[in-house]
Parts: sequence; C-alpha cells; structure tokens
Amino acid sequence: LCFTPAGLDCSISSVSHVLGKVCIQGRQKEILGVLVPRLTDLTRSDCIWQRMCWRLVECVPERWMEAVVLGFVQRAAGADVLSRLLGNLVVKNKKAQFVVTQKLLLLQYGHTTAVLQNLLGYLALHSLRRPLLIKVRLSNLVASRWMFASVTVPCTVWFVSELLMSMLEGVKCHLDSNLPQIRCLGMVVAESISSKINTDGPVLKFQYEEDDETRELKSLLVQTPPLSVVPTLPDDERDEKAEAALPVVLGSNKNSPAAAPAVPAEVSDTELDSDDDLIPYDMSDDKELKTKAPVYIRDCIEVLTGSEDVDKWEATIKALESLVRKNPAATREVSVELAKILLHLEEKTCIEGFLELRQRAQVAVLTTDPIPVAKYLTSQFYSLNYSLRQRMDILDVLVLAAQELSYPKSHGKTKHSGAQKPCIHLLPGSDSSKDWRKIVDERIKSKTRRFATGRSQVKLDSSPNEFNSVAGHFFFPLIQHFDRPLTTFDLLGEDHLVLGRLVHTLSILMCLAINTLAVTVMGKALLEFVWALRFHTDSYVRQGLLSCISSVLLSVPKEHLLEDMTEELLEAQSWLGDVVEKDPDGDCRRLALQSLLLMENLKKKLTADPS
Amino acid sequence: MALPPPDPQFILRGTSAAVHTLHFSCGGQEPDVPILFSGSENGLIHVWNLKTHRVDTALDGHGRKSVYCVETLGGKDRLLSQGRDQRICLWDLAEGRTSVADSVFTENVGFCRCSLLKVAQGRWLMAMASKALEEVQVLELPSKTSVCTLKPEVGAKLGMPMCLKLWQLSCGSQPLLLAGYEDGSVVLWNLSMAKALSQLVCHQEPVMSLDFDSEKTKGISGSSEKVLSIWSLNEQQNLQVYKTHTLVNAGVADIAIRPDKKILATAGWDHRIRIFGWKKLKPLAVLDYHTATVQCVSFSDHKNPGKRLLAAGSKDHRISIWSIYSQT
Repeated sequence: LCFTPAGLDCSISSVSHVLGKVCIQGRQKEILGVLVPRLTDLTRSDCIWQRMCWRLVECVPERWMEAVVLGFVQRAAGADVLSRLLGNLVVKNKKAQFVVTQKLLLLQYGHTTAVLQNLLGYLALHSLRRPLLIKVRLSNLVASRWMFASVTVPCTVWFVSELLMSMLEGVKCHLDSNLPQIRCLGMVVAESISSKINTDGPVLKFQYEEDDETRELKSLLVQTPPLSVVPTLPDDERDEKAEAALPVVLGSNKNSPAAAPAVPAEVSDTELDSDDDLIPYDMSDDKELKTKAPVYIRDCIEVLTGSEDVDKWEATIKALESLVRKNPAATREVSVELAKILLHLEEKTCIEGFLELRQRAQVAVLTTDPIPVAKYLTSQFYSLNYSLRQRMDILDVLVLAAQELSYPKSHGKTKHSGAQKPCIHLLPGSDSSKDWRKIVDERIKSKTRRFATGRSQVKLDSSPNEFNSVAGHFFFPLIQHFDRPLTTFDLLGEDHLVLGRLVHTLSILMCLAINTLAVTVMGKALLEFVWALRFHTDSYVRQGLLSCISSVLLSVPKEHLLEDMTEELLEAQSWLGDVVEKDPDGDCRRLALQSLLLMENLKKKLTADPS
Repeated sequence: MALPPPDPQFILRGTSAAVHTLHFSCGGQEPDVPILFSGSENGLIHVWNLKTHRVDTALDGHGRKSVYCVETLGGKDRLLSQGRDQRICLWDLAEGRTSVADSVFTENVGFCRCSLLKVAQGRWLMAMASKALEEVQVLELPSKTSVCTLKPEVGAKLGMPMCLKLWQLSCGSQPLLLAGYEDGSVVLWNLSMAKALSQLVCHQEPVMSLDFDSEKTKGISGSSEKVLSIWSLNEQQNLQVYKTHTLVNAGVADIAIRPDKKILATAGWDHRIRIFGWKKLKPLAVLDYHTATVQCVSFSDHKNPGKRLLAAGSKDHRISIWSIYSQT
C-alpha cells in the first residue's frame, strides 16, 4: 500500500476499511510498521497529509477502531506524533474516546511506560482533548502496574487547577496507603510537585528509601530537549505522574494555581500570633446542640401557640403524642385547649409527616379525655368558618379514637398501632371505607363461625370497653344537626363529600359501639337518618348509608332489633331490594345485597331460636 | 491543618453522683501525693489520689445534701466545703483525720459558691451569700468574725448573688470583692467601706460564674446565655466592658483562668469544655468528652508547669482530667 499525492480525491474510507480489517486480524504490526513511520514523515509538515491521516483513522469502522487506535498508540514515536496522526479523533469519535480513555488506561495493563506517555501526552496536547484527560481519573490503587506508570507529558500550561487537585488527591491516597511502595511513589511525586510549585520556597523532603523505582521515577524528572512541536505550543517540560495517572503540568507557569495546597503536615502553616504562641486545635465539630422538646404539656401549649423558635416547635410536635399519653392527668387539665390548638395548627416548617403527627396527637388527646374533647370536636364540626379539610379531620380523629377506645387495652401497643395505621386521609372510597368494610367482614365472619364451629378465634383478654361510656358523645352530636345549613357549610347541598365522610364515620362508630349500652338507641337514630337520606344522588354517600345499615345489623343485639326497630327494618329491607335492582353503582348494589343477606341470616336465627 | 483536640489524660469514676465542684492541691513537695478534691450532689467530698487515680477518702459532712464548693486553706490538710445544708464546713485532714473542725451556718439556701482570699499568714477572708436575699457577707477565718456585710442599695434589684471573687491587687493591699448577680450585673465592692465602687451590666441573664486576673485587672463572666463577657477595671476602679464572645451553645456553668494567666477554661451546659487564650480570648480548643452538663472546671497548682492539669466535673458523674497547653 502506498499513498500517492494524486490519491487525494479518492475515497479514503475504503482504505480505512482495509486498514481496519487488517489490524483486527492481527496484522497490526506489519501494516502499521510500514504505515506509521511513513505517515509520520508525511504529516510532519504537510497539513493536508495530516488531515488525510485523521480522516483515515476516523473512517475506520467502529468494530475495528480499537485495534487501529491501539496500533497507532503503540507505534507512534511520541505524543506529538500521535497528536499529528490522530488529531482530535478521540473528541470526535466515541469509540476512540472510550478506547483511549478507558480501555487503554484502565483496563489493559500490558503497555509499556512509553505507550502511556504517548497516550497521555497526546491527550494533553490539545485543548479539546484535555477535558478527556481530566476525565481519566484513576483512583484504583490496586494495580501494581500503575505504581510504575510514570508518564511524562510534554505539556506546558497549567491548564486546570482541577488537574492539580485531583493529582494531589491521588498523592494523598498514595500517602495513606498501607503499601510502602505506593507511599514512596506518593512521596516522590509530592516532592517534585512542591519543588515546582515553590520554586524558591522551602523544599519538601520526605524520608524514604531510595530504590530502583524511585530512581526510575526521578530520572523522568530530568528535562529533555523539546521535541519538534506544533508551533502553537511552547516549550516542553517533563515531569512525573501521580498514581492518578494525571500528568503534572509544571514549568513555565502561565497561571499557577492560587492555592498551593499543603499536603503534608511537616510544613507548619498555622498562623503564629505574635503575642500568643498557642496553636488552636481543630474545632470544626463544635456545633449547636439540637433543641430539646419540652417535657411538660403546658410548655408544649406555649410553644405551639406563641413561640417563634421553629426548632422548638418542630421538637414539640414530634414529642407531643407521647407526652400526652404519658401524662394523662396533666392532659385532662388542658384537653380542650390542646384539642383546639391542634385543630387549628398549621404547618410552620416542613416536617415530614406533619399531618400524621398532628392527627396522632389529636387522637391521643381525645382518648385521654374523651367526653369534653368529643363535645368540643363535634360542636366544631358544625360550626362556622372551618374548612372542609378541618371538618374531615374531626371525623377522622373521632373514628381513630373510637377504635382505640373500643379495642381491649391488654393487647397493648401492637393492637393500637394496627388500629391507628389506617391514617384516614382525604379521598373518598379510600382507607376509611376499606377499613369499615374490613371490620364488617370480620364481624360477619365471626358471626357465622360462632355458630358453626364454636369460637375458633384466640380468646382476647377482656377489659372494660372504654368506648362504652363515650360512644353516645361521639355519635349523637354528629347526627343531630346534619340538616341545618350554615352559611359556610351545607351538608345536604354542595358539601356532599363531607356528608359522605360523615355517613361513613357514623357507620364505623356504630360498628364500634357493639356491646355498649347506647347501641340500640344509636341504631334506631341511625336508621332514621339513613331513611331520610336514602335517595341521595352521590354514590359515595349511598355506600355510606348502606354500610350504616350493615353496621346496625351487626352491632345491635338481635333481640333489640326485633323489638325496637321492626318497622324501620322492614322499610330498610324494601329499600335495599330496590337498590339491589336499580342502583347504578356496583358497590352500592353489592352492599345492599350484603345487608339483605345479613337480614336473612338474622331472620333465620330469630325463627330458629324461639326465645 | 489543625490537630484534633487531645483526649483526656484520665477519667475519674466513682462519685456516683453529679460533680459540682473541684479543687486541686498539688503544690506539695515529694513525697506528697497530688490531690484533687471533688464535691458531689450526694453530699460526699471525694479525695482523689492523682497518682493512683482512685479515691483515698470520702468525706461525709453535709448530711447528704449537695456539696457545691470545695476550697483549701493553705495545704491539703485544711479543707473548706460548702453544701446545700446551709453549712460551710472546715475540715481537718492532717495525718489521716477526717473530721469537721468547725462550721459556719450560712442560712443561705442558694447555690452561690463562697470565695476565699488569704490576707495574712493563717488568716483568710471568706465571702459568702448570706441570709438576706441580695446580701453578701464577708467573714474572717478561722475566727469566723464578720468583717462586713455588703448590701446593695434599695431598689437596685440585683437579685441573688450568683458568684463571688475576692481579690487584692498585691499582697497587703486592700481586698476587694467582685460579685455577679441574678440580673446580669457584676459589682465591685470595697470591703472596708462596704460600698459598691462600680457596677456593670454584663449579661441579660444571671451571671453564672466569673473569674478575675488581678495582674491585668481584667475579668471574664459567663451566663446562661451564649455570651461571654470580658471586662476590665480602669484606674478609677470602674468596670467597663472590654470584649464579648459569643458561644455556639448557651449556658456556662463555670469559668477558670489558669494561674499562669495564659489560658482559661469554660464549663458548658452543652457538655463541652472550651479553652481560650486569655490574652485575646482566642478560641483554642473544644473538649467534647462529657455526656451531660459540665458543672465545674479547675486548673491544678502544680509547681512544675509541665505537669499542670485541667479537671472538669460533670453531671454525668465523671471527672475528666486533661493535660492541655502545658508546654508553654
């Protein structure tokens, strides 16, 4: 293969193809052995040849690129030659870039020092390529190969202080290393850097043994005469390379780095006060202590209502629930006030889980002092000037507290956490309805099982049902005023979302009221309520109403159902029948069916059991 | 690059109660053992042997009420302790004895540590908070005669005295008293005339502790807030603020200037001991060992500067001993 000047117009790509193919098949040495020197000569002064050469290599198909580039790198007589031959190939061609920056430097260890010199020099030589050089950051301490890789780079300018920084980091890594050889390398490099940086200052001197390696490294420090160079670049200078495989760029400093980083501790750079020669210790850990939460409930109230100190406010919010639970007596003294504050509490800072924290605190307050707080909350539910969000909060808190109160305390924390986990939130048809459905299903299951196989559940420790005494306080105020519209709140009108939630809440309260004294009265009231609203247009509301009926059927003892509520039940039954046939909403139909089945069950039991 | 602060040289454990006060007695010649006295919340005074780092004796003289001040009169054989049982006890510890030789009933239920000043051979002045709210009484020891009673003027509203420091410019000159009060002021009292010479409001909160360098007539006070206040006395015996320094965390329980006047230490409510240069209040180190409020700091009186120690007692029941800047 020989090139002729006349071949300028011919397609170079075909030549590239051939070149690539040959290289990949292992004939690198032969072809490049001839080609590279020839090209070296040709490109020395002839720009056109240079460009041709670049084009030649660029056109090599990707899959052969590595072989070609490798060959060039190995054969080139020096970094500048490589620069001439390859041009900015690495910048333009991704594969070449990968080969040069990653593969050759990182992954392949079989190269001589000279090759590496060429490579890094090549990268450093041109401003476009230098960023690639910076990218080549090697922090791999392991490969012993790299201990020897001292590459000298003919380069001139401090092109980036980053480079210096990362190189010094590398030196630091070296110095930290357990292997003495690596440390030595670090020391030698650091010395050379410092001697270059502080050309007239005190020279850094490490103590290490001179051995072959260090001598070899130092020999590279020796200045070599400048090679024939592309005119734009000034004089060369050689220097050492650190473990990071980043060439040190020293010499005629155009922009020396602003901070001369003092790596070793030998050089004392602490300021000496002329009067006071006491050297301070490192005080960087001296930070502010975290604020502690108040320990008393009344302090909490103070912080939540007045304090501007946001750290304290946050700490208070986080600690409030547990404080309330630990100090029931103190809480009872200020329960309504606390409930009021919590109801109106806005998020002051961005705490994670603010809503949950607030809700838990509210539930804690409500369970600690149920009657006054329930009275307060239910009255507020129907008051002016609350947002929908706040009204629904009230309902949620009532439900959660009711659940907590009605579960046997002996189960302790585990049960509580289970009960409180459905942290009820905004969307209809979300947790709360699933929640009651779960309860209802459980009840149904438990009822059927009882008759079939006897009690197969684990017998829970019995303890007084705390919900008993307060169930009415939760329930009746909510049900009383639903038809009285206020200026800002119209349950029967636009605010049917809240109505839906209210209905669901009532149904859950009904469920939880099982075995309480008020249950029958509650049941009756609830059935009347349902009757009044049965034709509501919103399906969520209707679902709620249907679940109310299920709750009544499940909670009220069957004898009472028979005695006190026969009329209401019959009316309800006919309505349910209607719903099953005609209601557009699938869930409603299902719920109605469920209730009808429950009624059937009841009838059977009642007829079966002649008492 | 600054070095990390040193670790304590050793830790004294065994008080089983919060340590409120410390006092070294290491000035004796060999074969005298260097001693550290500590007073704890459980009313015991422990005599620590600094060679073995163990308690040699435990003195129980305050009826299990917290001991909040210990001082020595002269050597380690004569100890003075002040407790919440409203008593100041004078102990005779010579030749292994552990008895209370004498006591003063102060009738004061506060926490103000008394201050001692040697005025002549065998004679000391002791300033202490007395029965009435704002008063300070000065007694002569060992005779226990009252020298004067320092009453602020009516309407001064200084509150309780919180900390006291008796000093004199040079041996034989007139003794003076510096008192820090609940309202944040420091007052300089002339004892012979029982009159206040100067008052300076140094803090917004009560003055928790103060110390004074009589050579430079410069003093420092710490409070329950974040500010350390450095003030000086001019020729007219007037107090003026020289400098303030703001700490990272609020609350200083105790301050001590080292006898060589080179450094000072503060005991912080944030569990840290802070070291500053006394000349310019340059922060030098933050010693973070304790896990509860540091209640007291004290420098040793070793004759050999290289052996000097700093002790800190904390609510976490431990006493930490540090050797810091002892080469200078």
